[in-house]
Amino acid sequence: MVLSGTLKQLAGGQSEIEIEARDVRQLLRALGERYPELAPHLESGYAIAIDGEIFQDAWFAPIRPDSEVHLVPAIRGG
Amino acid sequence: MPKHHVTTTINRDPVEFLCSSEQTLLDVLRDVLQLTGSKEGCASGDCGACSVTLDGRLVCACLVLGVEAQGRSVETIEGMAQGDELHPLQRKFLEHAALQCGICTPGFLVASKALLERNPHPTETELRYWLAGNLCRCTGYDKIVRAVLDAATEMRS
Amino acid sequence: MNDITTKGLTEREFKVVGTRPLRPDGVDKVTGRAKFGADLYVANMLVGKVLRSPHAHARIKSIDTSKAQGLHGVKAVITAADFSDLPSEFIPAGEMMVNYRDMTRNVMAREKALYEGHAVAAVAATTEAVAAQALALIDVDYEVLPHVIDVEQAMAPDAPLLHDNMYTIGADPKPAKPSNIAKRVEFNLGDLAVGFAKADVIVEREFTTAPVHQGYIEPHACLASVSEDGQAELFCTTQGQFIVRSFCAKLLGMDLAKLRVTASEIGGGFGGKTVVYLEPLALALSRKAGQPVKMVMSRTEVFRATGPTSGSKVWVKVGATRDGRITAADALLKYQAGAFQGSPVQPGAMCAFAPYDLDNVRVIGFDVVSNRPKVAAYRAPGGPIAEYAVECVIDELAKHLKLDPIEFRLKNAAQEGTKAAYGPKFGPIGLVQTLEAARAHPHYRAPLKPNQGRGVASGFWFNIGGETCAALNLGEDGSVTLVAGTPDIGGSRASLAMMAAEELGIALDKVRPLIGDTSTLGFNFLTGGSRVTFSSGMAVIEAARDMVRQLRERAAMIWEIPLDEVAWEDGCARSNSGSTRLKELSLAEIAKTAGKTGGPIVGNAAINAQGAGPSLATHVVDVEVDRETGKVTIVRYTAIQDAGKAVHPAYVEGQMQGGAVQGIGWALNEEYIYNANGRLDNPGFLDYRIPVCSDVPMIDTVIVEVPNPRHPYGVRGVGETPIVPPMAAIANAMENALGIRFTQLPMSPPRVLEAIDRTGLVDKPGA
Repeated sequence: MVLSGTLKQLAGGQSEIEIEARDVRQLLRALGERYPELAPHLESGYAIAIDGEIFQDAWFAPIRPDSEVHLVPAIRGG
Repeated sequence: MPKHHVTTTINRDPVEFLCSSEQTLLDVLRDVLQLTGSKEGCASGDCGACSVTLDGRLVCACLVLGVEAQGRSVETIEGMAQGDELHPLQRKFLEHAALQCGICTPGFLVASKALLERNPHPTETELRYWLAGNLCRCTGYDKIVRAVLDAATEMRS
Repeated sequence: MNDITTKGLTEREFKVVGTRPLRPDGVDKVTGRAKFGADLYVANMLVGKVLRSPHAHARIKSIDTSKAQGLHGVKAVITAADFSDLPSEFIPAGEMMVNYRDMTRNVMAREKALYEGHAVAAVAATTEAVAAQALALIDVDYEVLPHVIDVEQAMAPDAPLLHDNMYTIGADPKPAKPSNIAKRVEFNLGDLAVGFAKADVIVEREFTTAPVHQGYIEPHACLASVSEDGQAELFCTTQGQFIVRSFCAKLLGMDLAKLRVTASEIGGGFGGKTVVYLEPLALALSRKAGQPVKMVMSRTEVFRATGPTSGSKVWVKVGATRDGRITAADALLKYQAGAFQGSPVQPGAMCAFAPYDLDNVRVIGFDVVSNRPKVAAYRAPGGPIAEYAVECVIDELAKHLKLDPIEFRLKNAAQEGTKAAYGPKFGPIGLVQTLEAARAHPHYRAPLKPNQGRGVASGFWFNIGGETCAALNLGEDGSVTLVAGTPDIGGSRASLAMMAAEELGIALDKVRPLIGDTSTLGFNFLTGGSRVTFSSGMAVIEAARDMVRQLRERAAMIWEIPLDEVAWEDGCARSNSGSTRLKELSLAEIAKTAGKTGGPIVGNAAINAQGAGPSLATHVVDVEVDRETGKVTIVRYTAIQDAGKAVHPAYVEGQMQGGAVQGIGWALNEEYIYNANGRLDNPGFLDYRIPVCSDVPMIDTVIVEVPNPRHPYGVRGVGETPIVPPMAAIANAMENALGIRFTQLPMSPPRVLEAIDRTGLVDKPGA
């Protein structure tokens, strides 16, 4: 998966990482465990792009073994 | 301070009400008579959402005092349809999708009707300047102008 | 003229979708019958009014409400003491992330007043006059503090500090001292240095924008009634009755189920009615007084105390090769958040370069607090500011490269598969189609007169999906009630009813759409983010398909044949079993016996709609500048946008036209003007000048359709994108008219005149 910007910083400068997860919830848990500094931010409004498709608030959106995953700030709109 | 007793005509019906000196005609229509079709957008005569006619003249009800209605004739949006028949302007607004949220619509309808009573064949420019006292934030005015011009055409035939 | 170009993949022949029927809620709106937020009157009702800080920044040392409480006719007085202090956590609340510590302080000031207009107390009284008198009797002891409003001044190290505990999140290294910078965000792609090294031409510019208000004509209004057992009803003008319920229940410490919120008709929102101001106050007053309390904002309160969008400083640097390929793009965004953190700098940063296929990008953004009302969302929040700056630089770059501005954009346009700077790859998007449509449009070739100039700009907005519920209830006569949970802000009841009629195969006037209160449906995220036609539409389609399945089941039972032999066509169940008699049962016939075949037939959907697709647009505008007065006239305007699938084209056009005109106002006249005391000098429509009817021409529209494969009909949200291109399109047009590049909004007559005088432009003969 790919981290950018603020998240990359909090993960110690790592931008591309390999992580095992079957769905979004597992991914967020695993990320939070590997990078404890990141954990509180993961709850505050991030969407996930899995192979280009954006999922917002979707814990059980499936992630394939070779999926490219991005954390994207959640959008609310007006 | 005791209230004033006002006798007037609203939408061709005789009406009596009590109001204080500082209540505007808009306050009276809404708070006293519950004719909530006229809206308060600014209370300072800048937005036209409270447009009504007073003895046939287009005014902002927020700039007229309640007591000034004494002995005069007020027409509001509630009086525009006749029984169950909509006025051509009302029909054309619907046909042209000339409203989105609809808060400005009563004001535009009253103002447009007042124009067409004076000038049944306005140009687009004349219409735009007549309606410059009515603010709309949703439509960009395009479909409103088309609806009024279309209604004017129908009303002339 | 209005035009639709379909480049769609969808082969489906729609019967209802794509037509232009009359909206079902329209008659009430043209007769004055429709009830907006301030239109409800109930027996025993009190009037609520708010006491607001006259100071832009002040410590509140004490508040004495005793005299007000003693006034005859006053039934309740509240201050911050009537609300619990809530901890600073971003927590899911109604499935949103909000900071309740900030929210409770914004609705009612606690330690400090942080902007002129900040609520410090409120009263409920028998009449408006008594309430006003009561406010005057409340003694607030303020310690006035120095204030700061401008974003760069607020970032300066010696700036007055709004919050002692604000340490910039995302700053590296972590700051040792607090500041007014709440957050730093950064997005990166590739390598900037490499990119700029490849460039033959580089353009760098800095832009300034002022705060602008959403400008909805209907002020905030609500009516709250709390019973002695703690159950409450709230009628309010809002973009999201469920969000209001979540916020108010939290702020007042009540169960969600105890608070029923009904959304009135809404007189405009544009993002500004996605938050609460009066509602928690009205509930708290009603709870204390034991009577219903109605509260309505005046226009000056709306301007002084509700969130406009950010003012900003934006720096953009873009480099390109001689043959027109952008090699690097860099931007720095500084956005005002108002009194509490949370400007839309993050989406702004994500949007800034989104229309382009770039290898090397960096966008840095700062969220900065200052002493003005907390920013609220305004149509594509964050996007218009950033994209205005970028689209101006793109235009300048095109000029340096001697390329047509549309050609330059086409050479760099994002398409399906392009990787966005903020991470993901785009699915199908319609930017190229809108650029091509602009280039082919007669507007683009029309001759210009003296002092006229033509400008082009493109725009992007993400659009969202979100939690949505819908119900379709079948009446025993075959007519259908559609209950949706997203307030209808622009005609969506028409589109939703059309989608239901399409799926059910019945006439549109057999479907009556209503917006339900919070007790009637599961959670619905608010109306906003251009999500209603997409998400509520998706839910309605799913509910209709659920209903169709049930209808087929009933027919199968009646006919005693297997379910898979029953088809649903043209509003009827039809058997295709091959028996000699073709059986048919209409919706009405099945409805009539529903009680006997299993019970009422109800279609439901409860979803978290995913897959919202971005909507891209290109606008073309001609302006004429009067060199004597600095007045800019919009001579011609064409807005072209990808709608995916236009369910009701007239309402799609309406969004494009309305957003374009808001953008015209933002470009030419709207701004908040603060005086030296941090007070707003123009809190009214006379001096906060939004476009009026005579300011604008017809707004021509072209709807392009590149279907969104994630929606059953291909729908994309369209509501927000239209406000993104206008400011740059107009600035670009003015550059072409005058040869002057304006980098400050609004480009109001005094600024235009000053620029003309400064550059010594001489009036051309015959101009």
